[in-house]
Amino acid sequence: MNLQEIITKLDLAVLTHPKPFSSIHPTGGYTSDLLSCVIAGAKPGNLWLTIQAHNNIVAVASLNELAAVIVTENASPDAAVIEKANDQGVTLLVSRDNTYQLAGKLWEMGIR
Amino acid sequence: MSSLQELQGRKGRIITDKDAREISRVEELSYDLKVNEVMTRDVKTVAPELPMSNVLEILRIGRISGVPVVQNGEMAGILSIEDIVRAMEKNDLAAPVDKYMSRRVVSVNNYDSVVKAIETFSANRKGRLPVVDENGKLVGIITKGDITRGILNALQRDYHEEELRRYRASHLFEDITSDRTSLILRYDIKARDYLNGGQASSHIKRALLRLGATPQLARQCGIAIYEAEMNLIIHTDHGGTIRVQIEPHRILMQTTDDGPGIPDVTKALTPGWSTATQEVRDMGFGAGMGLVNIQRCVDKMTLDSTLGKGTKLLMEIILRPEERFKETDDPETVP
Repeated sequence: MNLQEIITKLDLAVLTHPKPFSSIHPTGGYTSDLLSCVIAGAKPGNLWLTIQAHNNIVAVASLNELAAVIVTENASPDAAVIEKANDQGVTLLVSRDNTYQLAGKLWEMGIR
Repeated sequence: MSSLQELQGRKGRIITDKDAREISRVEELSYDLKVNEVMTRDVKTVAPELPMSNVLEILRIGRISGVPVVQNGEMAGILSIEDIVRAMEKNDLAAPVDKYMSRRVVSVNNYDSVVKAIETFSANRKGRLPVVDENGKLVGIITKGDITRGILNALQRDYHEEELRRYRASHLFEDITSDRTSLILRYDIKARDYLNGGQASSHIKRALLRLGATPQLARQCGIAIYEAEMNLIIHTDHGGTIRVQIEPHRILMQTTDDGPGIPDVTKALTPGWSTATQEVRDMGFGAGMGLVNIQRCVDKMTLDSTLGKGTKLLMEIILRPEERFKETDDPETVP
């Protein structure tokens, strides 16, 4: 399952510059709103589901080389956060679902 | 030509993030590059009174498909191969150029960006555009081929510069001979500066990669520094400093601040224990995992804190043989 299929099937909004998403294959997922837990628990290439939308999610995603951050419940990062993400090559996506629902769907799609 | 083939040859491969960056770099370059950086300066021109048959000869010899027509230093028009075909159909090759030339000349300015030329090409369906200076004087000619070549050259320069930078940095420890070489990076961190949180760690990570560190090592240092950096931002009275000392065999990282100090160091090292305020927790900090994460990433961590005075956090990573920065083999042989 590549990131483009995930974006299409789950109807995610892409906030950052487009990348060749169909060549990105997420290695799994991680869920937490506590940044240090993400740093400890998320693995490179993972999708990170969180409701946090402030600019430190970019630093965490970049440090951990995550495939993308999916901000849940339509929480919207502001323009400065998106700009920082573009600078650092971090992909920001937004979902209408809450974290629980979205994690369930991703699990069903085989992202485990 | 070889760079063009390289680009095409990569089409079949999966596009990596690095490739994607290069694609957007092309767009960026078309804004950065000016027309006069890519245009052909040595322009063949013809006078309006020249017979069409002579122009045919000029085009044939120069293997070009059109020439600007210039009279008294000013652009009078442009003559293309289509105009010659029209003259040939009428068996009128003895006629002067100004009978067949196109007087409506679309041109670009030499200080326009290349993207302007690209737009002009597509809006006018032209194969070539005369380039004029601010006084309307002809200074060159530009074709789509010139643009492709110009962008490829600029990309190659970019690539070469980055390679050179990486090469120089990764040979730092080899090129400099001393009994003990170390590189020290310092960063001043402001308290409560959440907006710039993570900047020092990302700079340090990049510096280590340039120096030739393995991605794993750079990530480890990045994480340790990130947590230490956020501690300075979240918990200190006046911020503090980060000092990273890179040596061929180890990396020493240290943060220093002047207060308030940690009341109970043992508790601070307990996973999940945090003194962060609710406001900070709402932003996702204060998991009580910072120091625990640091311990996981470094070989040795020393936390030294005095209440009312400040805190000093020392982190050390001893590099495994395959991670070490290359040093000069034999200092004696270097002049």
